[in-house]
Amino acid sequence: MSTVERTAAPAAFEHTHERAVGAGPALPMRLRKLRGHGALVLSWAAPVILVLAWEVLSRAGWLSPQVLPAPSKVLATAVKLARTGSLIQDLGASLLRASAGFAIGGSIAFALGILVGFSRIAEAAIDRSVQMVRAIPFLALLPLVIVWFGVGEAQKIFLVALGVSFPIYINTTLGIRQVDPKLVELGKIQGLGSLQLIRRIILPGALPSILTGVRYALASAWLALVVAETIGAQSGIGFLAMDAREFLRTDVIVLTILIYALIGVAADAIARFLERRLLAWHPNYAVAR
Amino acid sequence: MTLHVPSPPLSISTPSSRAAVVVHDLKRVYGERVVIDGLNLHIERGEFVTLLGESGCGKTTLLRALAGLDPIQGGRVDAPRRPAVVFQEHRLLPWDTLWRNVALGLPTADARERAAAALAEVGLGGRLDDWPRNLSGGQAQRVALARALVQKPELLLLDEPFASLDALTRIRMHDLVRELVSNHRPSVLLVTHDVDEAIALADRILVMRGGAIAFEHRTAGNRAAPLTRTQLLAELGVASPLASGA
Repeated sequence: MSTVERTAAPAAFEHTHERAVGAGPALPMRLRKLRGHGALVLSWAAPVILVLAWEVLSRAGWLSPQVLPAPSKVLATAVKLARTGSLIQDLGASLLRASAGFAIGGSIAFALGILVGFSRIAEAAIDRSVQMVRAIPFLALLPLVIVWFGVGEAQKIFLVALGVSFPIYINTTLGIRQVDPKLVELGKIQGLGSLQLIRRIILPGALPSILTGVRYALASAWLALVVAETIGAQSGIGFLAMDAREFLRTDVIVLTILIYALIGVAADAIARFLERRLLAWHPNYAVAR
Repeated sequence: MTLHVPSPPLSISTPSSRAAVVVHDLKRVYGERVVIDGLNLHIERGEFVTLLGESGCGKTTLLRALAGLDPIQGGRVDAPRRPAVVFQEHRLLPWDTLWRNVALGLPTADARERAAAALAEVGLGGRLDDWPRNLSGGQAQRVALARALVQKPELLLLDEPFASLDALTRIRMHDLVRELVSNHRPSVLLVTHDVDEAIALADRILVMRGGAIAFEHRTAGNRAAPLTRTQLLAELGVASPLASGA
């Protein structure tokens, strides 16, 4: 998903830029630059206008605050909740669950992925079962998870861990399989031992795929958390939303939705940052020089 | 397969004390197909041997057997335990900088210094921290040569290392290889299908056919003699009238 997103954005930019150049090859530099900026301004104009229209409609009374509160009202609520400290507390609770689930699910899946990636015996023993379980949409397990763990922290962390583990496992095994056997052979010729082969050749070779797994896992973790927190939570962003629903506080509900979105964006930014740092050697990820 | 390092006292006492590689009655089979059968080969210390042959005649198979990369089905291979190999593809690790590529497998203590010296020797001394993706084909092969020689191998195996380079770059690489080999004095086995390359570099040229060595020629003294070229092409199954015109 995100790969397409990333490559599509600059491509679209180049395209508009190219058109601007094509339209008038004799255009002075400054004017051409202005057109380039124009595209950027235009791309932001639409969302800004939408929010403004939303605000105007709410103030004019055409949008009932029960249906959709004005953006300014949502912002005011955010400030108020932040001041009392409850917003930070709930955000902290959610982030803690997400990271605990990510750490547990991620490390188990990574270990299994490495095992299956290296050993044919482990593959025979483990892979088919994992692939079968993977066919189940993990959220469908929710009722069963509630029976097992109740509606406490364990249920939420388990669900996140479950959601995280499949993308990490699959992309780790895939990455290890895709390492060029010619490079592995070269490592042996250069006299590397098994551990050094893994460290210098196999893991770096598998890293692009593993990081793709991490990116999917982050999205999956967040989705799992939203679902888990809407059921029987006593804290967290999802609890905030469900609590607000009781009192028809749509401003709080809209705020929680926005927070989920922002954290999703932040998670994606972290994944991209990791890719840029760790895959500087890779032509697809390299920063243009 | 018997693969051992000839211990110095023993090899001095034997008649073949100057041998770096001895292959006796080698047999190599892929499934049903016999690729090498009854092959004998002897490479002296510091000798540059070139192996010519049509595609699929088993040249590369022999080289891989010498490198200890594949199991053999009969005979004996005595070769240095860890020969260096340069392949047709450079096989540089794309995630490591040039010096780390060259230093792959070296003890860490002075790895960077030794890699830097080896890179300087192949004319890439200023690019220690560059990435492989920024290299041309010829430059990448030079790094691969540096990586092979930094290990101070007794035996250097070259598997068509210049086959995918353009003609001019190839000639420059020949000069570089000659220089490097005269500095380091490893025994060399170069596998190629380029007759001119064989003549330009080798002390001795072998032609492989039917899974064994079919023809042998010492070039010492008469490099690039037209007779040699025609003769070699004839051995490779190319008719001589055509060959003299080529």
